[in-house]
Amino acid sequence: MADLDTFDHDVLVIGAGGAGLRAAVAASSAGVKVGLICKSLLGKAHTVMAEGGIAASLANVDNRDGWQVHFADTMRGGQYVNNWRMAELHAKEAPDRVRELEAWGALFDRTPDGRILQRNFGGHKYPRLAHVGDRTGLEMIRTLQDHSIHQGIDVHMECTVLRLLTDGGRMAGALGYERERGRFKLYRAKAVILATGGVGRAFAITSNSWEYTGDGHALAYEAGAALQDMEFVQFHPTGMIWPPSVRGILVTEGVRGEGGVLLNKHGRRFMFDDIPENYRSQTADNEEEGWRYTQGDKDARRPPELLTRDHVARCIRREVAEGRGSPHGGVFLDISWIKQKLPHAREHIIRKLPSMYHQFKQLADIDITAEPMEVGPTTHYIMGGIRVDGDSQMSTVPGLFAAGECAAGLHGANRLGGNSLSDLLVFGKRAGEYAARFSREPGAPRVDPAEVDRAITAALEPFERAGGENPYQVQHELQAMMQDLVGIVRTGPEMERALEGLDGLRARANRVGVPGNREYNPGWHTALDLGNLLTVSEAITRAAIERRESRGGHFRDDCPDKDPSCARFNIVIRKGGDGAMQLAREPIPEMPAELKRVIEEQK
Amino acid sequence: MTDTLKPDLAETGAVEETAPPQRHPEPGGTATFRVWRGDRAGGRFVDYTTPVSPGMVVLDAIHQIQADQAGDLAVRWNCKAGKCGSCSAEVNGQPKLMCMTRLNELPLEKPVTIEPMRAFPPIKDLVTDVSWNFRVKQRIAPFTPRPPDAPDGTWRIDQADVDRVQEFRKCIECFLCQDVCHVLRDHQLYDRFIGPRFLVYAAALEMHPLDVGDRIEALRREHGIGFCNITKCCTKVCPEHITITDNAIIPLKERVVDQFYDPLGRLVKLFSRREQS
Repeated sequence: MADLDTFDHDVLVIGAGGAGLRAAVAASSAGVKVGLICKSLLGKAHTVMAEGGIAASLANVDNRDGWQVHFADTMRGGQYVNNWRMAELHAKEAPDRVRELEAWGALFDRTPDGRILQRNFGGHKYPRLAHVGDRTGLEMIRTLQDHSIHQGIDVHMECTVLRLLTDGGRMAGALGYERERGRFKLYRAKAVILATGGVGRAFAITSNSWEYTGDGHALAYEAGAALQDMEFVQFHPTGMIWPPSVRGILVTEGVRGEGGVLLNKHGRRFMFDDIPENYRSQTADNEEEGWRYTQGDKDARRPPELLTRDHVARCIRREVAEGRGSPHGGVFLDISWIKQKLPHAREHIIRKLPSMYHQFKQLADIDITAEPMEVGPTTHYIMGGIRVDGDSQMSTVPGLFAAGECAAGLHGANRLGGNSLSDLLVFGKRAGEYAARFSREPGAPRVDPAEVDRAITAALEPFERAGGENPYQVQHELQAMMQDLVGIVRTGPEMERALEGLDGLRARANRVGVPGNREYNPGWHTALDLGNLLTVSEAITRAAIERRESRGGHFRDDCPDKDPSCARFNIVIRKGGDGAMQLAREPIPEMPAELKRVIEEQK
Repeated sequence: MTDTLKPDLAETGAVEETAPPQRHPEPGGTATFRVWRGDRAGGRFVDYTTPVSPGMVVLDAIHQIQADQAGDLAVRWNCKAGKCGSCSAEVNGQPKLMCMTRLNELPLEKPVTIEPMRAFPPIKDLVTDVSWNFRVKQRIAPFTPRPPDAPDGTWRIDQADVDRVQEFRKCIECFLCQDVCHVLRDHQLYDRFIGPRFLVYAAALEMHPLDVGDRIEALRREHGIGFCNITKCCTKVCPEHITITDNAIIPLKERVVDQFYDPLGRLVKLFSRREQS
C-alpha cells in the first residue's frame, strides 16, 4: 500500500444524504476532524427525491398532536416490532430538528399565522408533515449542504467505499476509490458512521437511484456487524408505470394527502373495500368524510387512501391481479377530480404538487390537473438494516455507527411516509455526536496493510477477465429475479428458488470482466457494487423465509396472517465464522410501562 | 460504429430555444446516438445504434448503450426524474438533462449528438469537472438569520415571502445555466464571475425572509455581477424554469446600483449616518 492516498479523520461519515450530512455537522460541531464521503457529487444523494415532507409533532395545524401521538403512530405503522427506544427518541426530538433546519435557512410552507405548515400523510393521525410543495427533500438536502460547507468538513466527492477496516474488532477506517481516476484511497478514522441509504437497486422496479446498492449494509456485515429486519422492504404504492422507461419513479403520497383518490378501471374507490381492523376507528367510511379530512376538518377521519403504505400497495396489487387494473397494469390515481370541490383547482394542484405536475407532463404527456395518473407499487425503502443501539446509533462493532435508511429499528415492519426525513435528522445528529465522543476515547487503531492490499487486489480482478460476464447483465438478472421471487408478495418455495438463483448469480459475479481502464468506468463500478447487492439480496431472502407470517412490508401468500408470537422478535443476521450467513431470532426488549401506557391511550 | 470528428467548439454553443419542444411520433425500431468519447487529452464522436421505444428519454438510450455496447461509457446520473441535476449534457447542441429529454422531442432520422457540457473541463465521455462550482458556493456569505420572532425560538413568516424565494430554491444545481453563460463558456472568466447559478443562490439568500446578511458589495467586487449583460441564455436552458435573469440577476443588479451608484441615495445615507452619530 505504498503509493496509497491516505486521509486521517477522527470521524469518517460514509454517505452524504440527509443522515450523513447531519451526522457530519454534529460531529464537526463537537470539535473533531470529520471526513465526509459522497458516492456522487455533494447534494445529489437520494434525499433529494423525498417529496412529501418531514414528520414532526410541531402541532402547528392540529394542537392535539404531540410526541406521544407520533410515537404511537410510528409503532402502529411498524406493527410493533420497532426499536421502541428509537421510536420514542424520534418522536420527541423531531420537532427540534425541524426548527433547527429552519434556523439554517430551510423555508417551509406556512400556516396563516406564519408558522410551519403541516400536511396529512398516511398513518399519521394529525397533519404532521412540514413541507415545501412536493420538493421537501431538495429543501432539506440543500439546507444541510449549504450549512455543512462552512463547518470545516473534508468532503470527498464521487468516492465509493469498498471495505471497512478493523483493528482487533474496532473500527480503524475504510478503503475506497475515487471515480475520476480510479485511484484507491485509505481513510484512517477512529469512528465511522454509515449513512449509505438503501437497497432498491436489488429490485427491477424501484424509485431508487443507481447508488442504492446496499453498500452500508454489506460493509457493516463484512466488518462483523449485525443486520436486522431485512425482510421488511417497503414497496411504495404509487410509482409511475407508463411509459416503460419511467416505471418505478415515485409519485408522492402528498397527492393523496391533498385529496387524490385511487380508482380501479371501473372507477371504484377500492380502498374503501378493505380497511384493516386496527385502523378502522380512525378511517373515514365515506367519500365525503375523507374529503373533509384532507381539507383540514378536525372532526373528520382520514380517507382509506392514507392507510399505511404496505396496505395500500397490496390493495393495488389485488385490483390488478383480479383484473380491475388500468391499461398498463396499475390503478388510477386522480387528483383532478377536486375541481368538483375547489375553485381554481388547477392552480391549487400546480402550487401544491409542482414537481408531480412537471414530471407527468414531461415524461408521460399527462396533465394531472385534468386527467388521472396510472400508478403501481415500486420498491422504495428498506426498514431493515444495521442493528444499532437506540441512543447512540452504534452498531455491534465498536466505533461503527449507522444512521438513516441503512440503520434498522425505528420503522419496524413498515415505515410511515415522512418518518424518513425526520429519522435522518434525529439519528444523524445522534450518530454524529456519539461517534465524536467515541473518537475521543483513548487508543489509536491501526490499519492492517495486508488487509488493504487484499481488498485492492480483489477490486482490480474484473480488469483481468477480459471477455468475462457482463456486470450489467448480471445486475439486471438479479433485479428481475428479486422482483419476481422476493417482491411484494412472497412464498416459501419461491424464495428457496431465489436462494438457489443467488448462488448462481454469485458465481457469475465472480466471473465478471470489464473493458477499459480505471478512469470513471461505470462498468467497473457496477461490477464492484454486485457483491453488495448479492449480500443484501441474500439477507432479505433468508430473513423473509425465516419470518413465517405476514407483517408490514413483508407479505407471504403462504402465511397471509399476522402471528402474534412473531411480534416478539427481530430476525438478526451475522456473518458466521465459516463465512456463511447466520440468522437468529433476537427477542424484542420489554417496553417500559410509560410507553405502553402511551400506546394504550392512543388506541 | 462510425467515427466522426469532433466539431468546432463554437458550433456547439448555446442555441436559443424559443418554442416548447416539438413532438415527433413516438420512437420505434432503432436510432443512432453520436456520443462524445474522450478525456482531458481529447476525444471524438462515436456512433451507437440501439433499439428505441415509446416514452424513452436520452438517458435510457445511454444506459442501453452502456449495458450492451460500451460498458465503460462514463455518465453521471442519479434520480432519473429531473430532481438531482446530475445528467446534464448537450443534446443536439442544446444543454439538457438527459433524463428529462424525451426521444420524441428529437428528429431520430439523423444521429442524436450527445456531448458533455462544454464550459467545464472534460473528465471522461459525458462527465465533466464541475468542482469549480462547489468552490464558488463556499465563497458566498452563508445564511444569517435575524433573531427569532417568538420566545420559543421560532420565526413567523408570511407564505407570500416563502413563495417569493421558492423559485430560486427550486434550483437542482445541474449547472446548465453555467454551461451556456458566455462569460464563463466563451470568456472563461471563472476567477471573476460566479455565474448565473450562484447569482440565483445569492438572490435566494438576499431575498430570504429571515436573512440579514449583506452580499451586495461582494456581488459587485468579488462575484462579478457586472459581467452579466442579461442575454438570458441561462433562463432559456433552466430545466426548473427559473426566471434567472429577470427575477434573480436584475433585482440584484438594482440593489448593487442602489447601494453604489445612486447619488441621491448616498447623500441620504451620508446624512442619516451623521444624524445617528
